[in-house]
Amino acid sequence: MSKAYIALQDNEESHYIVEAIEEDNPTATVIYQPAMIRIENEGRLVIKRETVEEKMGRDWEIQALHVNLITLGGNVDEDDDQFSLSWKQ
Amino acid sequence: MTAKKLNMKEKYSLLTRDLDWEYSYRDYKEIFPQEEFEGIKITDWSKWEDPFRLTMDAYWKYQAEKEKKLYAILDAFAQNNGQQNVTDARYINAIKLFLTGISPGEHQAAMGFGHVGRQLGGVGARVACQMQAIDELRHVQTQIHAMSHYNKFFDGFQDFSHMHDRVWYLSVPKSFFDDARTAGPFEYMVAIGFSFEYVLTNLLFVPFMSGAAYNGDMATVTFGFSAQSDEARHMTLGLEIIKFLLEQHPDNVPIVQRWINKWFWRGTRMLALVAMMMDYMLPNKVMSWQEAWEVYFEEAGSSLFKDLARYGIEMPAYAKTAIAEKEHVSHQAWSIFYNYGHAAAFHTWMPTEKEMDWLSEKYPNTFDKYYRPRFEKWREMEAAGERFYNPTLPMLCQTCQIPMGFTDMEDPTATFYRQSEYDGERYNFCSDGCKDIFDYEPEKYVQAWLPVHQIYQGNCGGAEMEDVLGDYYKINLGVDNMDFHGSPDEERWNAWHNLPSAEDKLKQAS
Repeated sequence: MSKAYIALQDNEESHYIVEAIEEDNPTATVIYQPAMIRIENEGRLVIKRETVEEKMGRDWEIQALHVNLITLGGNVDEDDDQFSLSWKQ
Repeated sequence: MTAKKLNMKEKYSLLTRDLDWEYSYRDYKEIFPQEEFEGIKITDWSKWEDPFRLTMDAYWKYQAEKEKKLYAILDAFAQNNGQQNVTDARYINAIKLFLTGISPGEHQAAMGFGHVGRQLGGVGARVACQMQAIDELRHVQTQIHAMSHYNKFFDGFQDFSHMHDRVWYLSVPKSFFDDARTAGPFEYMVAIGFSFEYVLTNLLFVPFMSGAAYNGDMATVTFGFSAQSDEARHMTLGLEIIKFLLEQHPDNVPIVQRWINKWFWRGTRMLALVAMMMDYMLPNKVMSWQEAWEVYFEEAGSSLFKDLARYGIEMPAYAKTAIAEKEHVSHQAWSIFYNYGHAAAFHTWMPTEKEMDWLSEKYPNTFDKYYRPRFEKWREMEAAGERFYNPTLPMLCQTCQIPMGFTDMEDPTATFYRQSEYDGERYNFCSDGCKDIFDYEPEKYVQAWLPVHQIYQGNCGGAEMEDVLGDYYKINLGVDNMDFHGSPDEERWNAWHNLPSAEDKLKQAS
């Protein structure tokens, strides 16, 4: 299985997003590099709005992810409640 | 009762897909004249899916937020004399190469997506191209703006746009984008949208920008990551166009595969510049070019191509050669620039002992065996006051326009060389990949503006080196070019940091 991955700028807002990703993807690996955080997981990686909102303690729209996004790998599926990356094979 | 708020999918459908209309008094082919000539068959544009479903109103909202963040940091950087806080003034030369070689490519991409967006019959694809065209324009503007601060304190930034259209090594990225923009709309999308954005740009914007951060360059990492936040959307568009073309008609598969082969190879050649920026121009190292290549091409690329295998798409031809070259390409590219350090608008240098040790450690199979002895010899020559500059002009590859300095991966000490004949003339290539590209469309590549040929034909300011470099390229001779050691950049840097000047060091030594 291939790794789906996402990289975010290393900043305050991203820290909450990373916390939420870790909670929703227990097998994910988080790698800290200068100025950026890379999170990878076999096959699929999901970001859930509800979990991020819970971590941030405020409303958060899925599309606000764009502001801190650096790169990603995998087929994107996005709606109002979640953002996922996956490989089909 | 208040109206129900639209969800993302409904909003996308109304604000993007619903913008199209039936063409009642003009023929479709008249409106989209470029949609068929490449042989691509589109049966149903409505099958186009943009997974991001970004609408124009949300686009402006998030882009505005990105810009506010970016300019706040650029202001802080300038106000706090950020130029003094980078690791080492040698590093700034990577930024000069970025401004002269890469930023104009962002502008080319803006024009390319503007054009292509107009030519695609599907409204979803048109809107995505429109956003990407605006993004690319934002990238070139923010990059020029960020680097204009360095222009106040370092040499070599002043004529980036003039240089981009003329200088020998800048013809490498320029010809890459010229080639893509003069192709048809679908080839452009596969070239820039997929092969470049999805397969290769991570190598430029992710490890290099992380490296910029690690070298104290707050301005560059900020514009780099701000640009990269758009890049994730571009990558998704690139993957979408590929899937869409492959699903539309089986006849599209071989055409798309040929474009992937071509543009993977062209992109790989162009990234030789980034490889040497990573390995030689970042004083604080994050990862080697080889390591970056393994993560961002070998690992990410193999996931991608495994995913595309269900359509009958294979790994790009010559991926194996590119993989073998990962242990050589940065050293060979830096050698070329060191050779021609008098003809470049940035400074070159030999790595320090400590840096060479790092290269030995990162490249255990190649650095000590093939490159270290040559570099040590050059360092000795420099110490003896005979810094090596190559006085001849190199032969260039007809396709990628890089001097013929890459070697045969079967025999890494021998220059790789191929030739083709077309219409009674001989043409030279650095690789099988570049030769194949030429052989498929020779009538296109015989028109290439090769800087060395142009100099010999007398089209670049005159017969003397000074005419070409000074008058035609607008390099400030003895200021922008030559070795970093002894440059005005080095002198200013040393003065800021109370370090002894080169002259003082010489006095002390004697």
